[in-house]
Amino acid sequence: MNSEVKIGTFLCKGCGLGDRLDMDQLELIATREGKVTYVKQHDYLCGDEGVALIQNDIDSGECNKIIVAACSKRVKTQAFNFPEVSVARANLREGVIWSQPDTEEAAELTQEMAADYIRMASAEIKFIQLPSASGEQEVNKNILVVGAGITGLTAALEAANTGYKVVLVEKEATLGGMTAKLYNRIPTKSPYQQPEDTGIESMIEKVNSSDNITVYTNTTIAKTEGAPGRFNITLDNDGTPETVSIGAIVQASGFTLHDPSHLEQFSYTGSDNIMTQADLEQHFTANAGAQVKTKDGKEIKRVTFIQCVGQRSEEEGHLSYCSGYCCGTSVKQAINFKQQNPDIDTKVIYTHLRVSTGVGGEDFYRSGQDQGVVFLKGTVSNVDASGDKLTVSYKDIILEEDLSFESDLVILATGMVPNSGVDANLTEMEGEEEKSEEEGAEENDLSIPVKSILNLDYRQGTDLPHLINGKGFNDSHFICFPYETARTGIYTAGPVRRPMDIHQASEDATGAALKAIQVVENAGKGRAAHPRSGDLSFPKFQNEGCTQCGRCTIECPFGAIDIGEDKYPKFNESRCRRCGTCMGACPVRVISFENYSIDTVGQQIKNIDIPDEFDEKPRILCLACENDAYPALDMAAHNRITHSAYVRIIPVRCLGSVSASWVSDALNTGFDGIVLMGCKTGDDYQCHFIKGSTLAKERMSKVADTLETMSLEPVRVSTYEVAITDIQRAPQLINDMADTIEEIGLNPFKF
Amino acid sequence: MTIEKVVSSNETTVVVGAGISGMTTAIELANLGNKVILIEKEPYIGGRVTQLYKYFPKLCHPTCGFEINLQKIRASQDITVLTMAEVIDVAGSEGDFTLKVKVHPRYIKETCTACGDCTPALTSEFDDQYNLGMMKRKGIYRNNNNAYPNTYTIDPGLLGTDELAEAKKACKFDAIDEDMAEENIELTAGVVVWATGWTPYDAAKIQAYGYDRFDNVITNIELERMMDPYGPTGGKILRPSDNTEAKNVAFIQCAGSRDENHLPHCSRFCCMASLKQTHYLREKYDDDFEASIYYIDIRSIDRFEDFYKKVQNDDNVTFIKSKVASITEDDETKNPILHGVDTEGYHRYSNSHDLIVLAVGMESNVEKDILPEQIEVNRSNYIEDTSNLPGFYAAGCSTDALDVNRSVQQSTATALRALQSINHISKGNS
Repeated sequence: MNSEVKIGTFLCKGCGLGDRLDMDQLELIATREGKVTYVKQHDYLCGDEGVALIQNDIDSGECNKIIVAACSKRVKTQAFNFPEVSVARANLREGVIWSQPDTEEAAELTQEMAADYIRMASAEIKFIQLPSASGEQEVNKNILVVGAGITGLTAALEAANTGYKVVLVEKEATLGGMTAKLYNRIPTKSPYQQPEDTGIESMIEKVNSSDNITVYTNTTIAKTEGAPGRFNITLDNDGTPETVSIGAIVQASGFTLHDPSHLEQFSYTGSDNIMTQADLEQHFTANAGAQVKTKDGKEIKRVTFIQCVGQRSEEEGHLSYCSGYCCGTSVKQAINFKQQNPDIDTKVIYTHLRVSTGVGGEDFYRSGQDQGVVFLKGTVSNVDASGDKLTVSYKDIILEEDLSFESDLVILATGMVPNSGVDANLTEMEGEEEKSEEEGAEENDLSIPVKSILNLDYRQGTDLPHLINGKGFNDSHFICFPYETARTGIYTAGPVRRPMDIHQASEDATGAALKAIQVVENAGKGRAAHPRSGDLSFPKFQNEGCTQCGRCTIECPFGAIDIGEDKYPKFNESRCRRCGTCMGACPVRVISFENYSIDTVGQQIKNIDIPDEFDEKPRILCLACENDAYPALDMAAHNRITHSAYVRIIPVRCLGSVSASWVSDALNTGFDGIVLMGCKTGDDYQCHFIKGSTLAKERMSKVADTLETMSLEPVRVSTYEVAITDIQRAPQLINDMADTIEEIGLNPFKF
Repeated sequence: MTIEKVVSSNETTVVVGAGISGMTTAIELANLGNKVILIEKEPYIGGRVTQLYKYFPKLCHPTCGFEINLQKIRASQDITVLTMAEVIDVAGSEGDFTLKVKVHPRYIKETCTACGDCTPALTSEFDDQYNLGMMKRKGIYRNNNNAYPNTYTIDPGLLGTDELAEAKKACKFDAIDEDMAEENIELTAGVVVWATGWTPYDAAKIQAYGYDRFDNVITNIELERMMDPYGPTGGKILRPSDNTEAKNVAFIQCAGSRDENHLPHCSRFCCMASLKQTHYLREKYDDDFEASIYYIDIRSIDRFEDFYKKVQNDDNVTFIKSKVASITEDDETKNPILHGVDTEGYHRYSNSHDLIVLAVGMESNVEKDILPEQIEVNRSNYIEDTSNLPGFYAAGCSTDALDVNRSVQQSTATALRALQSINHISKGNS
């Protein structure tokens, strides 16, 4: 490309823009102040003719950067998609004429707004470069699957069947995990009446015979280095180290059964005939084909299943969640007894019967009832194993009575504890402020020793972060995007991320395999993973000026940045999700993207016209998350909800990318108020980059101190959590700031 | 995308249904450069989730994830969206499917910029199906604030009116075309993904609950629309009989679900939906409300249990283990009265409430007749097995009664299955 920058500016007069705005004045602003190469006005820019006009100019070399001054960047995206050049969009429709009243009195301020948006786009476009991949990519497309239970086997087979090489690692000597220990499984096909075979043997057979799958048993992961497309993994194969090259990881490390030994009321250690569900599966398997007897060899006449043992309770040593699979499992196990001998009395004591296995689950529950399984709604207070017989005492909730009966076998539904490794949220990092005790201590008190599974050599810890209050499950917290973990290219699947049954875990594994395939393909091309899928831009780190403070390495929500041997940040492109949180974190502004930088936003701020104090026209800067707050403002404009004409809105990738320098520069140049709009923080965070908005909030609380030193009122900078549905509230927050300024007066730092 | 521009090859995937599941499968396939045609029978994509105010358990807004999905669709060169298009037949095999598609006229061309110049001319009102007929809309409409495609649609009832003529005059982009006609087209595809979703069970069929007789008996989906500040009641929970705010609300679980006379299956989402909706009441009225949940089992499976506990700890919410036998109405107050037996202790009750919310379940939209005969459908009408017809897959609530999270999980898995077929076809091509 010719090195001379030629900025073509295209002003649209459609949708009322030509009627409401003085286009010739905007053209003058663009050329004289914005110093763009040329301006063209068009009646209908998004129409075929308008688009062709732009395309011709690009093709003929008349321009190599363009400004589209028309509608919001969220609309007509396909029309204004010119991948060969950088594009800046000046939002005159939603941002100006639709958010300002169509009155004569308002015309002057509306025009001033439009002029500023032209200045801003002119400034932005000068600093935007067309992003290109870094060239550092390596393309190893092999997929590592950690854990060879039903989830891992499924992920391995599905990836292999799609043509990818798989390394399957299992810490035990045999494949199949928990499923291989089952006698049979809940039915998956109509009419959902009887248990069916697990099918695990044929899966194992397929895995063992697949040319695409290399199986390692008795193997754990000693070290994981690198990034998607170029992981180097050191395996510990029964003491012998071996290194494999990997593109992406599916973590299917499964669960551990919740051990009921400490729950004294159930007397698990008091009798061999008090078993967990898993014990019973093995007991059936061990006696395959024969009539199952008690552990001491007696005929079984009565079996009692107790649901929610040590589960769904906040008591110490209990699991607070529901493990989901156990109700269905008890139905199945009771039917297994009935199939052996219909005269065996089988009782299930439950509080809420929850068959998790899809629409057929209800039919299976009915099948249990039809086969004579008795379901009692109640809570068990005690299982007495002291005499010859086992005695179950329970409160019957229907009869409102305390009752007890004898049973030959008692089966405890104890649930699952995820094997999710060490919570990266709890990793202590040098340079980080101390974590509060509450944050650290209360998790992982489930008496399972926590060992790292992946042994990542990442700056931010050896494993994936757990969800805050997520009871040890790995963080993958988006309802709409369930696979998005906080470590790019490492996908958790199966019960490690939430309790699941076999059916759901198999689906989960298949989806995770797809995500792993996507990441290796995209990493090879320098393309970002969700949510900025396909983005080729990435942050560049300038060592010159870097003080090696390490903030970026701590704050990156995805653990993309390590500390290099030279003590400078060591960036790993394919781990990066392009949110810009590192840019916002950097106190010395040495981190920038080609198309999103300190300058692309900072220069917009600097080029906004600040009227002097005698004009009595305040200026408000609004930095809005482009995923939620900015769309809310767009939708407000669509409903013609007006906001103060003194605001200038700039969309940001994430509030986490906001540099404190933008805020201080704005105040120094005379902005009277600043409104920051980001997503919800906390346990139920809605930030698409997990903790961007949380970090922004923390940083802005520190800005308040700066304001005080400047003798400015802290209310001049307000940070809000704004949801995409805040269509009325978002403009209102801007208006509130306008009111505040009216009250406290203009910023004295205008020049 | 106009119909003329729809091109497909034997490696193209056609996804039928553009709800959250269909969108997900399409986006996940396109992420790897695969061509997808995403077909939706409604004028706008997004399906059921666009009608929801919040998701459980995070109480976040569906529009938020929808926006991210839209960003991906808008930026994709590989996804073609075809709206108002109804698939009426599918035949063929992997690499060689033919879909017959009936494309209904929008009467608006792609030149529409949604500028709204046509709308001041409009006076007539029509039933707003998006809001379940609970409110009226104009004859030229976008059904929600984040509607995609971002163009208007003309109600056929507006055709031939002076209003439309005025609207046409006001349009600067010549976007109105009242002569647009229904078209029948044939699409070829290498892979088909069926993601036609679900319909809330028709509450009127549950005779004893009097949904069609009593004003103050509504469905959970209707309550969801009421919560939307842009919905029919502007975010208020109003009794249809007198438009006063309902402060004593009862939820009836399994309204039509887990019932051999209606839907034999558990619809899975309705328990959590009702728990979520009690939270709306708390949010709206602080302490000034009462909610009662009549249930058989509360199926707040897995981590949802935390949400159930939170609601249990709300002193204003009462749980009654009972399948409500019948509803009558108080003539004077128009309060519905619930009759039944509280099975915990076997107490009979006749409880009066301001408003009854029937937690209706999921009825599958699968129409077996349209599908190739190899596709196995279970008695609840969900697609159970597609393995006899490689290249044909089902996604989301075409396969099972799933909540949003599990729909996305399932439809991501389905994208991989589709990819395996595409690879298979591609191998044959080369």
